[in-house]
Amino acid sequence: MTAREEMLAAMRRNAPRETPRPDLARLGVKFADPAAKFAESLQGVGGTCLRVPDLAVAGRAVAELPVRQAAKKVVSLVPEVEPGNLDLAAVKAPRELEGLDLTVLRGELAVAENGAVWVDAQLLPHRAIFVIAEHLVLVVDAAGVVNDLHEAYARLAGRPAAYGLFISGPSKTADIEQALVIGAQGARSCTVLLVG
Amino acid sequence: MSAPPSATGELERTVDHAAAAARFVADDAKAHWHDQALWWVRKKRDAASAAVPDWEALRDAAAGLKAHTLSRLGDYLDEFARNAEARGAHVHFARDAAEHNAIVHGILQERGITRLVKSKSMLTEECHLNPYLEARGVTVTDTDLGERIVQLRHEPPSHIVLPAIHLKKEEIGELFHRELGTAEGASDPKVLTEAARQHLRQRFLEAEAGLTGVNFAIAETGGVVVCTNEGNADMGSTLPRVHIACMGVEKLVPRREDLAVFLRLLARSATGQPVTTYTTHFHGPRPDGELHIVVVDNGRSRQLADPVFRRSLSCIRCGACMNTCPVFRRSGGYSYGYIVPGPIGSILGPARDPAGHRTLPFASSLCGSCSDVCPVRIDLHHELWAWRKELVKRGLLPWRKRAAMKLAGAVLRFAWLYRLAGWVARRLVPALPRRLAYGRWNAWGRQRELPPMPRQTFRQLYRSHRDRS
Repeated sequence: MTAREEMLAAMRRNAPRETPRPDLARLGVKFADPAAKFAESLQGVGGTCLRVPDLAVAGRAVAELPVRQAAKKVVSLVPEVEPGNLDLAAVKAPRELEGLDLTVLRGELAVAENGAVWVDAQLLPHRAIFVIAEHLVLVVDAAGVVNDLHEAYARLAGRPAAYGLFISGPSKTADIEQALVIGAQGARSCTVLLVG
Repeated sequence: MSAPPSATGELERTVDHAAAAARFVADDAKAHWHDQALWWVRKKRDAASAAVPDWEALRDAAAGLKAHTLSRLGDYLDEFARNAEARGAHVHFARDAAEHNAIVHGILQERGITRLVKSKSMLTEECHLNPYLEARGVTVTDTDLGERIVQLRHEPPSHIVLPAIHLKKEEIGELFHRELGTAEGASDPKVLTEAARQHLRQRFLEAEAGLTGVNFAIAETGGVVVCTNEGNADMGSTLPRVHIACMGVEKLVPRREDLAVFLRLLARSATGQPVTTYTTHFHGPRPDGELHIVVVDNGRSRQLADPVFRRSLSCIRCGACMNTCPVFRRSGGYSYGYIVPGPIGSILGPARDPAGHRTLPFASSLCGSCSDVCPVRIDLHHELWAWRKELVKRGLLPWRKRAAMKLAGAVLRFAWLYRLAGWVARRLVPALPRRLAYGRWNAWGRQRELPPMPRQTFRQLYRSHRDRS
C-alpha cells in the first residue's frame, strides 16, 4: 500500500462514530455602522482608514499621502486612483521588486469586526507586490464592507477558490519582549480608502 | 536544550519537568518576569474574547466542527488531496517524521536547491527537519522573528506562538550584535526588528524555496491557509519559485465557510488580536511555480483511535493554555522538554512516548484554567488527570511517588490508622531536628515551611463545637 492509502485506511479504521456538522447559521455579529466599525478596527491594528466619496477624491487623497510623496517606485493596479510608475511587464523575477516603495491594490471586502481587507491576488502580475512593498494602499468599495468573517466567506462562496488573502493593517511583530513593532517583514503602513 | 538531530524525529529522552523547572526558577527575577509577560498576553486574550458577543457559541461551533471532522478525517483528507491536485498542487503523504523529512529533502534535491526560507511550523519542529536538512547541505533560515532569534541561539522555540518569550531584549541585543552586526548595547525592539528585517530580506531574495506551515486545510476547495503577523510566510511563498507547505492531518476543515469560526477564535486566543495581519489562502501554485503540500500522520491516526485523548487532535495551536497555565508561566517552556510545551503539550508528549514524558501530566495544578480558555473546548485538565491514571496503570510512576501513594492509600482506608498517624505526627514533627524534618524525603518542604502542628485535631474541634450547640 502507498503511504496515501495506508494513512486514509488508518484514519477510517480509527475514526469515532460520525458526529454531525454543527449549524453555523446563528453565529456572527452586527454593527450599527459597519464602515465606522471597520475604521475603528483598522486603527486598532495599526492601519488607517480614509472615507472618500468617489475615485477622483480617492486619487487626490492618495497623492497627498506622505508615503506617496516620498515614494520613488510605485506599483498601482488601480490606475484610476494612482497611475504608478513601475511597469510590471518589465519585471521578470519577483526579487527585482526589492526597493518597491508603494503598492496600490484593489480590495474587495472590508471586514468591520477585525479591520481586514480581502485581496484576490490570483491575477497579480507578481504575487510578491503586496508584501515586498514598503507601504500599502488598498482601495475598497464602501458596498464591500461586511460585519464579520461569516459574511465575508458567504460573499466569497460564489467565486472560484483562488489565491487570496485577508490583510489587516501593516506587518507587525511583538517577538522581542512583547513590544509591538510595526513593519516586521511586510508593509510598514497600510492605508485603506473606503470609496462611496 | 536542543533536541538531538534524527531522521525519525522521535524524541527519545526522559524529561524531568520538576528538575528542569527548578533550574528555571533559580533565576527568581526572570521567572517572575516570564510569569508577568505571559499573564499580560492572557489578559489581552480575555479582553479580546469578551468583546465578541457570540464567543461561547463560537467555541461550541469550533469544538463541533473539529469533532465532526475527526469522525470523517479519512474522507476529508481524500477530498482535500483530490481538490488540491486538481488545482495543480503536488500532494505528498508521510506516515511519519522520517518520511516527511525525506520528502522535503527530495523536493529540494531534485531541483538542486540549497537555500530554504521557512515560516513558522511546529510540525517541522516535531519532525526535526532543520538539523536533517542542514546535515544534507541545505541552509535553512527561520524567518519568523522569534524563531530566527532562537535559531541563532541554537535553541528550539520555548512557546508555540511566542518562540522567544523567555528572552529579554538585552539578550537579543547581544545576540544581534554578534550575529547581525547591530551596535553594541542596542536593545530597543524597534532597532532590533529593523536589523532583522534587513537581514531576512536578503535571505528571502536569495532563497530558492520557501517552506510554510499550514493553519487550516480546506477539504471542499483543496486550499491551505497560513496566518502570520509579520508576512514572512508571504515573503517566503511569493519570492522563491517553489513553495512547500507542511501540515498534520488534523489541520483539515470541511468547508471554506468553517474558516470564519476558527479565524475569529485563533488570533484572539493567541495574542488578543482580532485576526492576524495576513491570512493567506493558497489554491494551487503561481503560474511559473510549484506548490507541494506534505501531509503528515506521525502518530495522529493512532491518537484518533483513543476515545479519551483524541480530542487533543482538535488543537489549533493558539497557545492560550500556556499563557494561562500557572505552572507553565513559572517553569518556562523548556522545562517540558517537548516540542509543544504547556498543558496541550503535556497531553501530546506522553501520547508519543509515555515513558519519556511521564512527568509532564504532573506539571499541572489541575486548576482547569487551560480548559476555560481553550477556543476549541478541549477538556485539557481532564485529559491531564486521565494521563496520570494511565501512567499509574502502566507502572511508569517513580517508586517514591508510588510508595507515597500506597502509604497514603493505606492510611486513608482505616480511620484508626489515620488518627494514629495524626497523633504521632503532632508529637513527633515538632521534636524532630530540622535536618530530619526537611530531609530528602520531604519534597513538599523544599520550597516551604511545614505549618505549625495544631494542638487540637479537626475531629476534636468539630466535636467540641457540636457539643456546644
